[in-house]
Amino acid sequence: MYSHGSESLIKQAREIQESELQKFYSRLVKLLQGKDFGHETVDSLQRLHLILSASKYTRTLPPELQKRVQSLLSSPAEQLQVLSSAVLRETPPLSGQELNYNQENVSQLNSHAAALLLSQAGSRADLSSLCAQLLRSLESRSSEGPSHSLTHTLPILNTILTHSPQCLTEDQETLLSKKLVDWLRYASITQGGGASSGGFFTGPRSRQPAPIAELDGTVSGDFFTVLCVGQGFTDDQWMNVYSFSMLRHWLLTYHSVSNDSTTADTANRLQLSLSLSHSHSFSNDDRSEIDGSVVSMVSATSSSSRLLPPKERLREKAFQYCQRLIEQSDRKAHKRIDADLQKACLVEAVCILDCVCVEDASLVYRTFPCIKALFGRLSSDLSFARVMLPIAQFYLNHGEMAAVDCESVWNLVFGRFPAELFNDHFLAHELLRFLRLNLESLQLRVPQYTHSFPNLLKLLAWDSPAAVDDFVDLLPSLVTAGTAVELLHTLLDLPCLSATLVLQLRSACLPISEPGGRGLLSLDAFRNPSFRGLFLFLLRVEAGSGDTIDRLGTLHELLAEVADWPRVVQCAQTVPVLLHIFFNTVTTVADEKLLAHLVLVMLERSSLLLIIPKYIKEIHRVFSCHLLRLCKLHPSLVVDQSHELLEFAGATANVYSKEEIYTHVVWVLGEYLSVSCDSRCSVRLITSCFEALEAVLFEVTSSAPPPGAVCPAPRVVTTLMSALAKLASRSHDLIPRVSLFLSKLRTVTRGGSVAWCSDEEDLVAIVTRGEELWSLLKAPGVAQSVLTPPPHVTTPQWHRDINVAMPLRLRALTNLTHSQ
Amino acid sequence: MVRCFLIHTVCPVSALGAGETRVLYSRLFGPDEGMLSDQELSLEERRVLQKEKIAVVARQVRSAVALSREASGRPLVETVPGEEALALQEADGGVVRLRAGDPFSEEMSALWLGVQSLGFTLVCEPHENLLLAEGTLRNLTRHCLEHLHMLGQGSEVLLRSNRIDALLSRLLPHGQLLFLNHRFGQSLEKEVAAYMAK
Repeated sequence: MYSHGSESLIKQAREIQESELQKFYSRLVKLLQGKDFGHETVDSLQRLHLILSASKYTRTLPPELQKRVQSLLSSPAEQLQVLSSAVLRETPPLSGQELNYNQENVSQLNSHAAALLLSQAGSRADLSSLCAQLLRSLESRSSEGPSHSLTHTLPILNTILTHSPQCLTEDQETLLSKKLVDWLRYASITQGGGASSGGFFTGPRSRQPAPIAELDGTVSGDFFTVLCVGQGFTDDQWMNVYSFSMLRHWLLTYHSVSNDSTTADTANRLQLSLSLSHSHSFSNDDRSEIDGSVVSMVSATSSSSRLLPPKERLREKAFQYCQRLIEQSDRKAHKRIDADLQKACLVEAVCILDCVCVEDASLVYRTFPCIKALFGRLSSDLSFARVMLPIAQFYLNHGEMAAVDCESVWNLVFGRFPAELFNDHFLAHELLRFLRLNLESLQLRVPQYTHSFPNLLKLLAWDSPAAVDDFVDLLPSLVTAGTAVELLHTLLDLPCLSATLVLQLRSACLPISEPGGRGLLSLDAFRNPSFRGLFLFLLRVEAGSGDTIDRLGTLHELLAEVADWPRVVQCAQTVPVLLHIFFNTVTTVADEKLLAHLVLVMLERSSLLLIIPKYIKEIHRVFSCHLLRLCKLHPSLVVDQSHELLEFAGATANVYSKEEIYTHVVWVLGEYLSVSCDSRCSVRLITSCFEALEAVLFEVTSSAPPPGAVCPAPRVVTTLMSALAKLASRSHDLIPRVSLFLSKLRTVTRGGSVAWCSDEEDLVAIVTRGEELWSLLKAPGVAQSVLTPPPHVTTPQWHRDINVAMPLRLRALTNLTHSQ
Repeated sequence: MVRCFLIHTVCPVSALGAGETRVLYSRLFGPDEGMLSDQELSLEERRVLQKEKIAVVARQVRSAVALSREASGRPLVETVPGEEALALQEADGGVVRLRAGDPFSEEMSALWLGVQSLGFTLVCEPHENLLLAEGTLRNLTRHCLEHLHMLGQGSEVLLRSNRIDALLSRLLPHGQLLFLNHRFGQSLEKEVAAYMAK
C-alpha cells in the first residue's frame, strides 16, 4: 500500500529547488490566465498542493499566483473550488488582502471557501462576523437555489460553537433555536426530489408525492426523523438530518443549567410541563409510579407548547424527537447500515434526553418510563452494550431523584460487561471513560464499585496499552482499607489474568482435541477440572471471597509458557506503575496494622511471581522503594514485624535471589530497630538481629556464590556491615564482635582477589567502608550519635525549635540591619 | 465534532526511525484552537504547530496499532486491488485516549482503523457519539480505498488528495458527523461518485 513511489514523491516535494519552483509557479500562472481549465490545470494545482503541504515550513506564493488561485474559490467547477481552498489553506494570505469576513455576496460562500475562512480566522470577531453572515443567508434563503448548498451552514456554525460559544448573540441564538425547531419537528412528511417511479405508469396519480417510510418498510405515521427513508429528500428533510446531527452539541453549549434560576422559575416550568403531559393522550403500557405524570404519545402535539419561549420549545421538541427515535429503533431495519444507525441513534437520543433532564428536572418523570423500558428491552442483548452506557449515565444522574432501583444497571456495567466483553476495544474505552467522568458520583451511589476491581482489571489485563492511562486515573478510587490486600495480590497477578483471558477465549474457539499448536500445556491446564478453581479465582467478578489462593505457585508453574505471549508481556509492563499508585494511595487510607500486613505481603510475594524476564526485577524494585517509604513513615513497623523481617534477612539464599529487596530489608532493620523508634525494642531483639545478619555476612564473604548465582553487589555487603555497626552502636557489647570481623575482612582482602567479589574497585570500596566503620566504632559514644542520631537531628525544626531559633533570628536580624 | 482526519503509515518506513510515521493526508477542521488562546502567533507559526500536533497524533496511533497487532498475533492479510471489502473486513480498529494538552487543549479520542500498512484516524471531541464515528470512519476508509486505489502501489493518495477533500465535504462536512441512513448515504455517495468520475 505504501510504496517507494509515494516516499520519493514526498521527498521531491520537500526538496524542490527554488528555481524549479519559480518556473512551476509561472507555468501555473499562465495556465490560470486562460478561460478554460482542463486536466493539466487540475493536475498542476494538485502538485502545487503537494509541494505546499509536504513540508511543515510555510512557503509563500507569488502574489499574482495567489490572486488567481483565490479567484478560483468561486469557480463553478467544484474541483477547482476544492483545490484552491486546499492550496490557500497551506499558505498565509497576502498581506493587506486578508479574506474579508464581512462580505456581502453571501450566496457565493460555498462550502470550500467557507472552510478556508474558518481555517484562517484570526480572532473571535472574525468568527462572529462569519456566524452573522451565515445566519443571514439562512434567513434570507428562498426556495430557489441548489438543493443543499446551505446544508454546510449548520456544520460550520457547530464547529465555531465548539471553539467560541460567545460568537452568537442572544438574538442569533433565538433565531437558530426557532429554525432548529422547524427543521426537527416540522419537516415534510412526503418524499421529495422528483420521486417519479418512471416506467409505463406516469399518470397523474403517480405524480402525487408518496409518504415517507420507516426503516422496516411500513409507511411512516409521524414526523420525519433521521430514521425515515424515501426515494428522494426535500431540502427541509436534509436540514432535519443536519439539525439532529448538531442538536446534542447545541444543547450542551447553550442549555447548561443556569445558575440564576429561581425556585419560582422551576415551579413554573414544572407546572407547564405537567400541563403538557396531561394534554397528551395516554400510552397503554408502562405507566410510571409517580403520580400526576404519564407517558405521552409522541405524535400528539399540544397547543400549549407554543406558549414556551424558544429555548424551552427546542428542549420540548428535542425531547419528542428522541422519544420517537427510541420507538423507531425497535423496528427491524432491512439493511445492516440502518441497523447500525439505529444503535447510534439510541445512544444519541439517550444522551440528549439526559442533557435535557439535567437542564429541566421536571422532565425526568416523563422520561424515565421510556428509558426504563429501553433498558428492559436491551439489557439481555450484549450487542447493545454500548447503548447501555448512556442509559447508565442517565440512571446515575437521575435515578436518585426518581427513586428508581438501579441495581440491575450496575450489575450489568460492573458485572457482565467487563467479564464478557473485555475484548471489545470501544466498549472498554467508553466504560472506562464513564467511570472516570463519574468517579465521585459512583463512589457515593454505587457501593459495589470498590469491590468490582477484579472485573474491571480484566479490561486492563486484556488491552494494557490502551487502558493503562485510564487506570492511572481510576486506581486511587479503588484502593480502600477493606480490599487493599486483595487488590495488591490481584495487581501482582495481572499477567496471570491476562494469560487466563487469552486461554478463556482460545478454549471457547478451539475444539477440545486440537493437536499441537502453541499454548497447549496451559490450555490443557485451563481445561483440567482439578485446576479449574485456580483459574476461576482469577476470573472472579468481585472482591471479598479471599485475598489470594493457596496454590499460587502451582498456577505460576502451569502458566510458565505464557512468559513470551505479547499480551502478557505488555500487561506485565504496566504493573509497576500501578503498584506505585497503589502504594502512594494506600498510605492515606491504611492504619498501621494494614500497612504491616502489606509489608508481609511484599516479602511473601517477592518469591511468588509469574516468571517473566524483567518483571520480577521491576516488581522487586517497586517493593524496595515502598518498603523504605512505609518504614520511614511508620518506623515502629520494623519492630512490629521484626520476626518476619529477620526471617527474611537471615536467609542467605535471599542475598542471591532477591538482592534488591534484601538490601532494603537489611537497611530498614539497621535504621529502625532501635529504642528511639519503638520503645518495645529490647536488647535481646537487637542482639538476635545482629546475630542473624552477622551469620549471613560471614557466609557471603567467605565463599563463592552458589552455582548459577552472581557475586553480590558491593552494596549488599556494605549495607550489611553498616547495619551491624548501627546495631552495635545501640548495644555496645556487640562492638568488639563487629570490630573483629572488620579487621579480619581487611586482612583477608589484602591477599588479593576474593571468590565473592569479582571487581577490584568494588572490593576496595567495601574495604574502605569497613575501615570507616571500624574507626567510628572505636569511640562508641560518637558512633551512637552518628549511627543512631536522635530524632531532633534527623527532623530538624529550624525556627520552631527554641534552641535553634534564637541564633537563626539573630543572624537574620544582623543581615537585615547590615544593608551591605 | 471531529477535529481532524489523517491517513498515515502504520508499518515501518525505511527512511524513518523505528516508531515514526509518514502522514500522507491530513485535514484539520474548524478554526485553529490556538487562535483563541493568548498566544500571539503568526499564521506560519500556527501552521507549524498544527502540523506538529498532527504528527503527535499519528505517532501515538502508530504505536497503538503496533502494540495491538503484536498482542493479537493475527497475521496481516495482504489484499490486492479489487479486494477492498475484504481489506476492510480484516482491518483492525481501536481507540486511543489523547489526554488534554497532548496534543490538543482538551481531551480527545482518536479512533483508528488499520488497513495493512496504512492507518486511518479520526480525532473526536470527548462528547462525540463514538458509535457513529466508528461507522463514519469505516465508510470513509472504504471510499478512500476504492476511489484512490490504495491497495495498489500507486500514490494517488498524494496526487489526488482533492478527492479526499470532496469526500470529506460530503460525509464529514467541516468535521460534523452525520446520522445518515442508507438512503441519505446513497444520495451523497452518488454525488461523490460523480465528482470522482471527473
